[in-house]
Amino acid sequence: MIKIAQLSCGTEYSAVQSEIEAAATAVGAKMVYPDVDMEKINSAVDRFGFNPVSPQLKLMIARAMALADKSYEADAVFISSCFRCAEAALVRTELRKFIQNNTRMPVVTYSFTERTKSGQLLTRMEALVTIVERKELLARERQVGLTAGLDSGSSTTKAVIMRDNVIIGKSWTPTADIFSSAETVLQEALAQAGVTMGQLEAIGTTGYGRFTLGKKFKAKLVQEELTTNSKGAVWLADRQKGEATIIDIGGMDNKAITVRDGIPDNFTMGGICAGASGRFLELTAKRLKVEITELGAMADRGDHTKVPMNSYCSIFGIQDLVTSLAAGHTVEDVAAAACHSVAEQIYEQQLQEIEVRKPIIQVGGTSLISGLVTAMEHTLGERPIVPPHSQYIGAVGGALLSSGFIEGH
Amino acid sequence: MKVLIVPPNSLILFDLVERFGHEPLSVMAVLQEKIESKEIESPPINVTVDDVKKGLKYAAIEVPSGIRGRLAIYGPLVDIAEAAIIMEDAPFMFGCVGCARTNEMMKLLIRKRKIPLLELDYPANEDEAKAMVAQIKTFLEGLVK
Repeated sequence: MIKIAQLSCGTEYSAVQSEIEAAATAVGAKMVYPDVDMEKINSAVDRFGFNPVSPQLKLMIARAMALADKSYEADAVFISSCFRCAEAALVRTELRKFIQNNTRMPVVTYSFTERTKSGQLLTRMEALVTIVERKELLARERQVGLTAGLDSGSSTTKAVIMRDNVIIGKSWTPTADIFSSAETVLQEALAQAGVTMGQLEAIGTTGYGRFTLGKKFKAKLVQEELTTNSKGAVWLADRQKGEATIIDIGGMDNKAITVRDGIPDNFTMGGICAGASGRFLELTAKRLKVEITELGAMADRGDHTKVPMNSYCSIFGIQDLVTSLAAGHTVEDVAAAACHSVAEQIYEQQLQEIEVRKPIIQVGGTSLISGLVTAMEHTLGERPIVPPHSQYIGAVGGALLSSGFIEGH
Repeated sequence: MKVLIVPPNSLILFDLVERFGHEPLSVMAVLQEKIESKEIESPPINVTVDDVKKGLKYAAIEVPSGIRGRLAIYGPLVDIAEAAIIMEDAPFMFGCVGCARTNEMMKLLIRKRKIPLLELDYPANEDEAKAMVAQIKTFLEGLVK
């Protein structure tokens, strides 16, 4: 059983400890708590270099030292503390860096509230387990045989057919009913590829509907989107070796993932606020009465600095947008401000939780909105790589990884 | 060498570093520049919203703005320091940044840089004060580029 070391403060008093353990159990893992000698806590704090006032944070530091010194064995690390605790936020981020610098264990950080439920933690825990359990599979760089990948996302469903490391069919549709959306894109992709369902040697599913679709299509691979999308992203960008940061701004949640040789070692997933997601850009396009596909070019023609958009909430963001239009700002400037607002929030809320490593690869459906890529470039000081077919990362990752289950491979 | 002092506004540490031939990195010059800047209007010390955002280099968004704003000023000094002197438990009249969390974070950032570092406790009496000055002198004289 995969052992996930928990370094945390406040979970017991926030009524979330049982949720954390439930999420771990659901993915076949077990939370463990590194044993430390009480007498060694102060020396661990001295060695770490940050002396928090809270004793439980001191214990967190000592537990991290035990992992780094290998006096306690675990497979992955979950670092968590109360949302809005300044001292814990400082310790949490620095401990994440410490673990990454001193061990090869995948690590995820999370700040919780009393409303955190196991479902919110499930994908993160599943990704930790996948990284540990499927290291060999994740190291796969070439797709072999004839396989399909299905990505059932919150906004769109995507299918890709691959043969011998080449994409030969692809299709997407807005997600309505999970089954019919998947059936539609799969049939379209198969038709484009000129093959039949019966000829497929393996199918891989990912995204929110992965379990349901995996069962229906008898998928050989059912895997969360953090690791699957990472593989798809580095394959599409041809950056399978070395380090990279993947930014995937989705319809409902955003992912920022750092990878080493295509395997994630740290990631964050944001899903609290629609104001920082693709959904906000959809709302913007609707209000500006343009197709979402036109929004990017429109934003590229605008100047975001002319429009005040200070709200980090999608509802109030749209209110800013309406006010700006009423004040006579052009639709181009408003579109640019909306893209900039999303980029800024990604930077402030997600990229702070990981160590950004170059190159930056921007993927997902929103990477096709050029104005958003431009806004990310302004925010990060470097233009992200947007690989071809960047919206198909999950499906490509599914097709690529599922080929590892074909007999003989 | 550029020697960062902590507390970063300690006039005594500033004077000692300068007296022994090094360049003290303190917050006074940074703040003076901000206060005298005519373009920015965010009195009293002209720390702007953009400055607070720059603090994100050192602390995540969840960390309160006052810490990020302070780190936006102190962090770059840590980045360019070639050596540092940290005075622990100093009374606030000796110099301070007004925030215990920022103090701890600054000390961590310095320690992580692995630059020559002298950590001292604030002296409790005259003898300890003399010993402290001697320690600082030895440390500063030993710094070679």
